[in-house]
Amino acid sequence: MTMLSVAGVHTFYGNIEALRGVDIEVGEGEIVTLIGANGAGKSTLLMTICGNPAAARGQIAFAGENITAMPTFEIVRRGIAQSPEGRRIFPRMSVLENLQMGATTAPPEHFGADLEQAFTLFPILKARKDQRAGTLSGGEQQMLAIARALMSRPRLLLLDEPSLGLAPLVVRQIFDTLKRINAEQGMTIFLVEQNAYHALKLAHRGYVMVNGRITLSGSGADLLAMPEVRAAYLEGGH
Amino acid sequence: MEYFVQQLINGLALGSIYGLIAIGYTMVYGIIGMINFAHGDVFMIGAFVALITFLVLGMIGITWLPFALLLVLVVAMVVASVYGWAIERLAYRPLRGSFRLAPLISAIGMSILLQNYVQITQGARVKPLPPLIQGGFVIMENDGFTVSLSYMQIIIVALTVILMIAFSALISRTALGRAQRACEQDRTMAALLGINVDRTISLTFVMGAALAAVAGLMFLVYYGVIDFFIGFLAGVKAFTAAVLGGIGSLPGAMLGGLLIGLIETFWSAYFTIEYKDVAAFSILIMVLIFRPTGLLGRPEVEKV
Repeated sequence: MTMLSVAGVHTFYGNIEALRGVDIEVGEGEIVTLIGANGAGKSTLLMTICGNPAAARGQIAFAGENITAMPTFEIVRRGIAQSPEGRRIFPRMSVLENLQMGATTAPPEHFGADLEQAFTLFPILKARKDQRAGTLSGGEQQMLAIARALMSRPRLLLLDEPSLGLAPLVVRQIFDTLKRINAEQGMTIFLVEQNAYHALKLAHRGYVMVNGRITLSGSGADLLAMPEVRAAYLEGGH
Repeated sequence: MEYFVQQLINGLALGSIYGLIAIGYTMVYGIIGMINFAHGDVFMIGAFVALITFLVLGMIGITWLPFALLLVLVVAMVVASVYGWAIERLAYRPLRGSFRLAPLISAIGMSILLQNYVQITQGARVKPLPPLIQGGFVIMENDGFTVSLSYMQIIIVALTVILMIAFSALISRTALGRAQRACEQDRTMAALLGINVDRTISLTFVMGAALAAVAGLMFLVYYGVIDFFIGFLAGVKAFTAAVLGGIGSLPGAMLGGLLIGLIETFWSAYFTIEYKDVAAFSILIMVLIFRPTGLLGRPEVEKV
């Protein structure tokens, strides 16, 4: 089944056309990655899927339902969670409160177990549970943003550069975690990355975005083998 | 000494009323970053609704005071909440995302509208309410000067303390309070987590209006006279209190309210009563110049 389908989507910021007709499909249980240079429109696509800003043209469907014109809170209540660009943790709330916010749309009876899971994935968050999130280090804030997104038990997890600002060891740990969540819980993951090598290794399929358009797509392994991908996104990588 | 203690008591009672109104200013500022200049008029509406409800209860024969007070309190809070909700819905929400001054101008317009509406429907003259709660304790006596603590003052301070504790718990412990704080810090992210931001903002106006209505009832019973214009002065002073405490800060609003009440009372007692408003507003100017974040306001440093 198609979990997410984006068809011919255009998005504007004022007069600037950030997305110029994007088509993407993510199947249920897949890990799909979107790679591209800074400013290509990757983060805009994730935000457009969540309705902020709403797509000016085109259609976005989640699990077969048209969500293009819905308000953001209605879209995410259908089972989408995002760990957005810039992490956007609530700095003046404790780590625990941030996780509680993440569980807003989740059934309350699962909260205890989900919290345990989050603390198992990221033990440092348990140690910092009562600390104000704004005082965490960048890497810890990134973990909190991912953990918060997981707290809603999403069917589709959108991640914007989860590796940003993290030590290579932690990046590997996070990517292993994503792989495990995907394998064990069947959670569908759509991942935006500049760290193309790790992302394409992890993902079943990938898309390449240039200037608001999808220019290439294929399996992770195929994309990794393409010379133009290697030249543009893997130079000096890993 | 006796004179000082008496003024302290009077100042605390007045400051409680300002503090309750100030919470509405500070919460709305916190969540959408605008000063709701019509908030003082919601306080005035609350006082008028309380007065009308007292009269109606008197007519239908409900005169047992505790019960009547409770009924009046509930009616005033509910009606004022509807006003608070409607003001946000009609005058502010359509302007969200517009330029920054637009909602501010709209708020001033709404304030003028409410004042004139009450002036036309209720008349411009002051409306008296006979004293309902009389008596008190004499806590000090010296050379014929007595320090009294009236039952009304006790009720005002006690009710304010209870409301502020309940309210702080609501903001810090409940899911609704958490949602409000989330909207305050990052509305986009709150929506991404499934929070209905518009509804949360509406509820913030409703809560502020309900507390202003309590203040309106207290003002009515304490002073015994109201008119359509009381919301302006009380509103601006409560706003001053919110700025003094640090706009956006809940404990700051409470502290600021108490301080403004005390400053005003002591100024009247030791200097000139004619210039008591000048004293209060001089504080506003000085805070804005020397400490714009207020006493308990937070400086804007966060790790991003």
